[in-house]
Amino acid sequence: MDAAMDLMRRMPPVEAENALLSLVELLPHHSQDLLSRVDQPLKVAIDKECDKEFLLCDYNRDGDSYRSPWSSVYYPPLEDGAQPSENLRRMEVEANSVFSIYRDQYYEGGISSVYMWETETGDGFAACFLIKKDGSSSADGRRGLLQHGLWDAIHVIEVGEQCDGEAHYRLTSTVMLALTSECKSSGKFSLSGSITRRTESTLEVVNGHMTNMGKMIEEMESKLRNGLDQVYFGKTKEVVSTLREPLGTLTASSYAGQAIQSSIINDMRRR
Amino acid sequence: FRAISQMANYYDEDEDEPVELEDDRKVSLAKWFLQNAPSEEMNHVAKDVREVLRNDRLYELAAAEAFQEYNLKEMISVEMPNGTGQVIVSRYGEIDGSHYLDPRTAQVAAVDHVKQISTSVRPATDEELPSSDVEHYRSSVDAELLKYVEEAYPRGSCSVYCTRGKDNFANDGGFELTVVISTSSFSPQNFRGGRWRSVWTIQLSPNDDSVNMRGHIQVTAHYFEEGNVQLSTSYECTESTVFQEAQEMGISIVSTIRQYESEYLAAIEDKYNKLSDTTFKELRRKLPVTRTQFSWDNALQLSLSREAARQVALNQRANSRNR
Repeated sequence: MDAAMDLMRRMPPVEAENALLSLVELLPHHSQDLLSRVDQPLKVAIDKECDKEFLLCDYNRDGDSYRSPWSSVYYPPLEDGAQPSENLRRMEVEANSVFSIYRDQYYEGGISSVYMWETETGDGFAACFLIKKDGSSSADGRRGLLQHGLWDAIHVIEVGEQCDGEAHYRLTSTVMLALTSECKSSGKFSLSGSITRRTESTLEVVNGHMTNMGKMIEEMESKLRNGLDQVYFGKTKEVVSTLREPLGTLTASSYAGQAIQSSIINDMRRR
Repeated sequence: FRAISQMANYYDEDEDEPVELEDDRKVSLAKWFLQNAPSEEMNHVAKDVREVLRNDRLYELAAAEAFQEYNLKEMISVEMPNGTGQVIVSRYGEIDGSHYLDPRTAQVAAVDHVKQISTSVRPATDEELPSSDVEHYRSSVDAELLKYVEEAYPRGSCSVYCTRGKDNFANDGGFELTVVISTSSFSPQNFRGGRWRSVWTIQLSPNDDSVNMRGHIQVTAHYFEEGNVQLSTSYECTESTVFQEAQEMGISIVSTIRQYESEYLAAIEDKYNKLSDTTFKELRRKLPVTRTQFSWDNALQLSLSREAARQVALNQRANSRNR
């Protein structure tokens, strides 16, 4: 299992799905573990009843069918597929509509789906918030900068039993992205990656759970986006600079810089 | 849905005894992982693949093929055992599946692909080397290239091969030289690695005084501390110049390479600088279109009132239909 997880961290992120399928094939005894520990890009289906797209994951799956968050109907059709309780479904409907507004404001397009289910203990429950954005110039990329651009966000949040007006929230978030820009002057430039982070907090439940979950997710998404942008992309840029010197720019470590340094030292010695 | 429900099936059938995979299938899956190893991480990937397979015989079958393809694709360099320097493992210098020419020292190195080492060296035969007039040009480009690579690539290897017309100096189509530059860095303690590869194919035609160059540069980088982010780039360009005396030719070819590669590095830099504020916005904005954090309470109200309005509209429509 450790070797399998290490492979997932080394394979090209754009090949994550292939890598996971291959591992499941090679390690059938660990398939359940692998599928629960490795996230993969989200698939899209259409809810014909509402004429709206929805996202697929393990949490809205029953057998080979997937439940739409809009009509709560399974596709392909499934009689007596699992359904959340009436109360939870009401919250799910509300969460889907609020999360759509959130998604539109941050993503300017894309698809979102929220699924909720009862957990085994008391009145606790769990929810997953999914977003998929295709930022390619042929899809929802407004600025036309990307030939290919995908962002998948998966937030799974467990909400503990409420006591003394407070509830405990445990959030696990994964972002997967791939972007490619291509032009004649600089060729093809692709970055792809995935990161997962966890956080927990105990919050007062004043206006229901949605506000608390939403704020945690918003904060986490901003953190992940910044991390990818500042740290992860930055580190790959650093790698490039260890490979080749920017000729013409003098730095203490560059060849030209070192040559000047040693000639100055020699000059000083001679005097 | 196929991939996902295929996985779902594995998941559901987990209780049953899974069907043992065919050996061929296992080898081909193992090869896939090995071939996709990031630059300089082949040995880490190989160790993982061996553990996942739990069958050394199958692992060795996969490794024998995958390492060779990987070494050629990455254009790794290995130390020659007689202390005369490094030889690049590239298809431009391939004599056969395990022997690679080093044109600079006119030697042929035997390479053990899986161990990524050279086991022995022999002098190249006359048939393996270009005629003296072609060699004159080849070595002149090589001499200039060495100076440039030493300056620009802290750990770079480079080679100049005659890849066509090695006995064909002034006849019909002239001859072809291929310049290879390959350099890598890997720092497991800093969770990062990468490689720069350039291949320049140069057609030299003394008869009509023309020289046509085609460059292909690929850069990869990987950062994997608590995540997995990879850069992959590919850039192609062409340039032409006039045929000159060997020494001038070397200077002219290498200064073209130097100029294009420096400009390309600047172009990568520029791409990175634009990421944060423009390119990345195509996927997700830093702040919402409203430029303030999302107002969850208001959105909840809004969605509730929208829902109420929708219900009212639906009821009205139903009522008017009933009437």
